[in-house]
Amino acid sequence: MEKIIELKHISKSFDGETVLDDISLDIHDNEFLTLLGPSGCGKTTTLRMIGGFEHPDQGDVVFMGKRINDEPPHKRNVNTVFQKYALFPHLSVFENVAFPLRERKVPKKEIEEKVNEMLKTVMMSAFANRRVTSLSGGQQQRVAIARALINHPKILLLDEPLGALDLKLRKDMQVELKKIQKSTGITFVFVTHDQEEALSMSDTIVVMSEGKIQQIGTPTEIYNEPVNAFVADFIGESNILDGVMLDDFRVKFAGHTFECLDKGFAKNEPVDVVVRPEDVDVVDPAEAELCGDVTSVTFLGVHNELIVDIAGFKWMIQTTDFVAEGAHIGIKLDPDAIHIMKKSKYSGMFGDYSTFSDEADELANVQDEEDAE
Amino acid sequence: MKSLTKRPGNGSRTALAPYSLWAMLFIVVPMVFIAYYAFTDNNFQFTMENITRFFTTVSNVKNPDGSVEEVRTYLLILGRSLKLAVISTAVCLLIGYPLAYRIAHARKRTQKIMMTLVMIPMWMNFLIRTYAWMTILQDAGIINNILSKLGLKPVHIIGTEVAVIIGMVYDYLPYMVLPIYSIMVKMDSGLIEAAHDLGCGTLSVLRRVIFPLSLPGVLSGITMVLIPSISTFYISQKLGSGKFFLIGDAIEGQYVANNLHFAAAMAFILMIILLLFMALIKYFTSRYLYGGNAK
Repeated sequence: MEKIIELKHISKSFDGETVLDDISLDIHDNEFLTLLGPSGCGKTTTLRMIGGFEHPDQGDVVFMGKRINDEPPHKRNVNTVFQKYALFPHLSVFENVAFPLRERKVPKKEIEEKVNEMLKTVMMSAFANRRVTSLSGGQQQRVAIARALINHPKILLLDEPLGALDLKLRKDMQVELKKIQKSTGITFVFVTHDQEEALSMSDTIVVMSEGKIQQIGTPTEIYNEPVNAFVADFIGESNILDGVMLDDFRVKFAGHTFECLDKGFAKNEPVDVVVRPEDVDVVDPAEAELCGDVTSVTFLGVHNELIVDIAGFKWMIQTTDFVAEGAHIGIKLDPDAIHIMKKSKYSGMFGDYSTFSDEADELANVQDEEDAE
Repeated sequence: MKSLTKRPGNGSRTALAPYSLWAMLFIVVPMVFIAYYAFTDNNFQFTMENITRFFTTVSNVKNPDGSVEEVRTYLLILGRSLKLAVISTAVCLLIGYPLAYRIAHARKRTQKIMMTLVMIPMWMNFLIRTYAWMTILQDAGIINNILSKLGLKPVHIIGTEVAVIIGMVYDYLPYMVLPIYSIMVKMDSGLIEAAHDLGCGTLSVLRRVIFPLSLPGVLSGITMVLIPSISTFYISQKLGSGKFFLIGDAIEGQYVANNLHFAAAMAFILMIILLLFMALIKYFTSRYLYGGNAK
């Protein structure tokens, strides 16, 4: 696949605070690429750099082989769907979409044809003469997409475009965006902090944290083979335990030795072990590898979510079986349920499921310290 | 969309009572008095004479070539007032728009300082400001002092239309800057980025996005400068050396001379003209402008 954008060793800081730290990334033709990460991870800055709204302190932005660091936004063959849509309130729906064409002095008749066709693509034909201020969020979103696509850019940048929509509408727009991307063949660079959205839409996911790229891969790679504790914790739910790689295909954690599918680590190398909650089998304690007490059960419709205390570590386990709170249960792990990661600076930062969020973690810690005094 | 304007209920009407009373006493009643005086004679009998006097009084003026011409006095004065007001408003707009733009795009701290600087003159009495301009513009004033120190020819400004316009622009500029600034500073910077993103260079962004979006501010700036400029007085007497008698001066003169009924008639006519003008602007705004209610 042809490379459209290459980001080469890009760094950027605002007021002495590093926002991007040596980012390198290739974006290919016809790709749906998602920049995923928590707020403040640098994903929007990366997007704005491609759009031309930010300039790198170090490194190069290369567009189809040409360095474009100093090219202003209006000279780049890149368009953006902004987070808050940024539709022009003084223009009608039609004129918003026609805006870039009028700038290029496209003949009137052609403008009419193109805009009408584009409005049809986003199903907004009936609204052509409406004011944009009278539209709902989803409708404004469609107009913003039409406006950004009318110039047929090489790349469409989307900055958390679905963030303001309600859940059902968001799902519809996800499907539709994907369809538009396929039919136009335009490369989409999509920014989101919603991991589900990233998994369902992307060809490639770039997971970012603290101004650095943590992992680049397909959704399945990112989910099944996270490279470190940050990625494992951010994408989906995971139990992350300290372990020791005894040998190829053999790992010891939680006081028990398990078979696994990973190799290539040094003998007795300390590692992080990821077990996804849905990969854990709940079994009778008699035939179990590990045993523990169920401390809470949450019914989530499709499955029950259990928190199980196993030797002091709170596991999250998802099961379709009914399990009562307080029950003593056993668990079993198949080799393919276990994923081994190298230790990183994120090791130990994401503990067990005593709490779900970092914030609650911190609050709990403060409480503990106060109690100790 | 549903209208968000709410009609006040009984409770809020009671709460509004002090304000309504105030408005009645100090806004409505004086206007009624003006109208009453305008259409009555000294014995408070109804008459149209004051109104017709405004349109029919004639006097002779000398043209620059020495010939004498008969003119309708008050129409000439009104015309002159309109002309000077339009020129000052235009100058205010030409200076005020870029200034407001600059301030709105400066850093927060600079914005505060610059806005204070714009507004400081408003804290001073306008008589004092006008006197200050006299000393600046006089033939032996500050400007000519500087010019002669630089070895340049002195200029004669005081007593010309230019002097009156300078005085008016100085007095009314803040009223142009404030509304434009407040619109510009609220403008979503995302719209400007979007315009750049869609292919606009800096000038094009200004023409196609910033200017149309700032038009409501421009219009209210124009209204706020034009209306006081038309009825201005005193500035013309002091800076124009009494040679540019304006409609405001005429009204003042008649009041001072105790011709209350004719003064009221002139004020009434001026008020009608200004009301028509405001209605026109309001119509234009709501009909053709972003932010209007029509359509």
